[in-house]
Amino acid sequence: MKDTSSPDYIHSDGFLARLMRDQLKLSIACALFFFAALVALPLLNYYQPEFMAQRVAGFTLTWLILGVLFFPYVWIISYIFIKKSIALEDAEAAAAKESAKK
Amino acid sequence: MLTPLASIMATAGIDPWIAIFSLVTVVVTVGMGFWSAGKSKSAGDFFVAGRSVSVGWNASAISGEYLSAASFMGVAGMVMATGYDALWYPVCYACGYLFLLLFIAGPLRRFGAYTIPDFAEGRYDSPLFRKIAVCFVLFIGFFYTMPQMKGAGTTLSYIFPGLPYWVGVAVVGAVITLNVSLGGMKGITLVQAFQYWLKVFAITIPVFVLASVVGHYEDHLAANKTSIEQTAAKPAGIERKALPEKAPKDEQWISPFGKLTTKAMDASIAAAPTPQAKAELEAQKKPYSLLYTYSLIIALVCGTAGLPHILVRFYTNPDGVAAKRTTMWVMILIGVFYVFPPVYGVIGRSLSPELYAAVGAKGTDKVVLELPTLLAGKDHALLGSILSGITCAGAFAAFMSTFSGLLVSMTGALAHDVYGRILKPDSTPEQRLRAFKWAAILIGAVSILLGMQVEALEINFMVGQAFAIAAASYFPLLFMSVWWRGMTMKGAASGMLGGGITALIAISFTSISDVAAAGAKKLTDASQVTAYWAERPLANSIKQFWIDHPLARILCEQPAIWAVPLSIILMIIVSKATAKTIPNDVRMKMLVLHAPEALGLKQEYIKEHEGLGH
Repeated sequence: MKDTSSPDYIHSDGFLARLMRDQLKLSIACALFFFAALVALPLLNYYQPEFMAQRVAGFTLTWLILGVLFFPYVWIISYIFIKKSIALEDAEAAAAKESAKK
Repeated sequence: MLTPLASIMATAGIDPWIAIFSLVTVVVTVGMGFWSAGKSKSAGDFFVAGRSVSVGWNASAISGEYLSAASFMGVAGMVMATGYDALWYPVCYACGYLFLLLFIAGPLRRFGAYTIPDFAEGRYDSPLFRKIAVCFVLFIGFFYTMPQMKGAGTTLSYIFPGLPYWVGVAVVGAVITLNVSLGGMKGITLVQAFQYWLKVFAITIPVFVLASVVGHYEDHLAANKTSIEQTAAKPAGIERKALPEKAPKDEQWISPFGKLTTKAMDASIAAAPTPQAKAELEAQKKPYSLLYTYSLIIALVCGTAGLPHILVRFYTNPDGVAAKRTTMWVMILIGVFYVFPPVYGVIGRSLSPELYAAVGAKGTDKVVLELPTLLAGKDHALLGSILSGITCAGAFAAFMSTFSGLLVSMTGALAHDVYGRILKPDSTPEQRLRAFKWAAILIGAVSILLGMQVEALEINFMVGQAFAIAAASYFPLLFMSVWWRGMTMKGAASGMLGGGITALIAISFTSISDVAAAGAKKLTDASQVTAYWAERPLANSIKQFWIDHPLARILCEQPAIWAVPLSIILMIIVSKATAKTIPNDVRMKMLVLHAPEALGLKQEYIKEHEGLGH
């Protein structure tokens, strides 16, 4: 396997490491919002059952959160992620092409 | 000519509207399969639809495939049977997609391969690993086809009262198998996109009509007393029929940590010999229930990210950006859908409580189908029949589309991997197409046979178990292979097998005793029950073991909480131990997985491999 385009930024370890780190950072940041909700809701049900059982428009609070509000919450996270991740990719591609020219 | 037919149907207890709507769904589905069969010619068309499906079509098709009998019938049935805890299923079915989007969808798509076994082989340059991965596609697939078959059997025996459950399974299984063997994936992209919209229509319209006649979602919920209320509210216009003895009590049903998550403990408490022992177990009930809830969440969220028949669809997007946009749309499409099935469960609890007393295909799993017929009692007989016909059509769409998708992915594994790569690598395209058709028939037949065995198990519960196995095998494989350079083939294989097989065994143990216990429930006489268990020593000893060890039962029924970490730890340890065997070109592979497609690294990678004689 011969390297045809050296000195080659795109094929360097540095480029790959940065690429993976930036992508993972974005994914983890978004995932934390998502995990927080998944971990917190059972805990609230466990430690604050009475608070979660109060009525909100006929639903119990916890039923309203899990059965209805969870879905839009996840849509917001994914919308933000997709916007940022497409922007990140464009920036990476532009930066890589720029340095390849040099 | 129509009159004698109508009178025959009336004597057999068949509602003509329901039969017509169901028949139309089947005919349209099959017709579309045949129509597109004429269009798909090459082997590539059969496997990933020529890789050129637009975002809108693909998102509808993924959603159509994803919303299975479990979503359409099972969620409603389970919410009715067990209450709040069952809401985790639709939420995690939908939210698991986010996980897929965040960590797996983009890289997998950039890597570009027909199937998950292709990915396994490509990432580790190991044909052996491909074979292992193929076996898992089939394993998880079969676990997931069983509930679809139960949905088919339940629906057909609802439409044709008196028709045995197994006939329904056989008929629906045969029709879909024929359809897939003729159309391939291109056919089902179109069919599944159509079926998504049919399912959304079929679940929403009857809810709106029902709610306007018998009362709204929140009013029916309000009629259930919570633990902090003294008496149940009686919202105006809400009617509640008396609950049978088998139904869970209001407080237990509407609150978290209800029947679903406490079943194992309840069985142990009932069998405890002394009041003191009962009190001790009672104190452990809630913490164990929390454990069950978390394990279920892990299984469903990670399982979604590892379901092979869903992942294969990411390859039908034209590029990685489109793959991400598709996932966003899928999340919206399925999220909108999932708000509705619980409504059937809640209204069903008020108005069809007799379903609590029934078992198998006559139980709560059919609440979606039956609820609209209640309008007949409100002077809307025709409307009730039509709406029930619509939900039956939706149910047909649900199990037909999911089963088709599974069949394509499993058949692809068998034809493309086992036949095309292992048995006969030098086969011609015609031979491979013929192999695809035979493989579809073989897998269809096995699925039908398995489906006949599971009448006693809840649809949704079975799907949850398929997810748990996927969570412990494919998910760690994909996640770690994408994000960790240090993974070796041996590490990946031992983690996937270690996690997947232990989860599979644990789940099988619970299923053996559950199927046997459901059989015992049909018996009324105590001496018959004793004789029944004496005939089944294995199931009986497992059942006894669960009563003595409720924690073990919970961990076996919901294995994800230990199986997913087990799998990841195995991967890390074995990879570290075999670090010398990390593929030489791992940096290039990682670049292909992560670098923007605009840089064209994929083409470069393929050229290099061709140069090396691959």
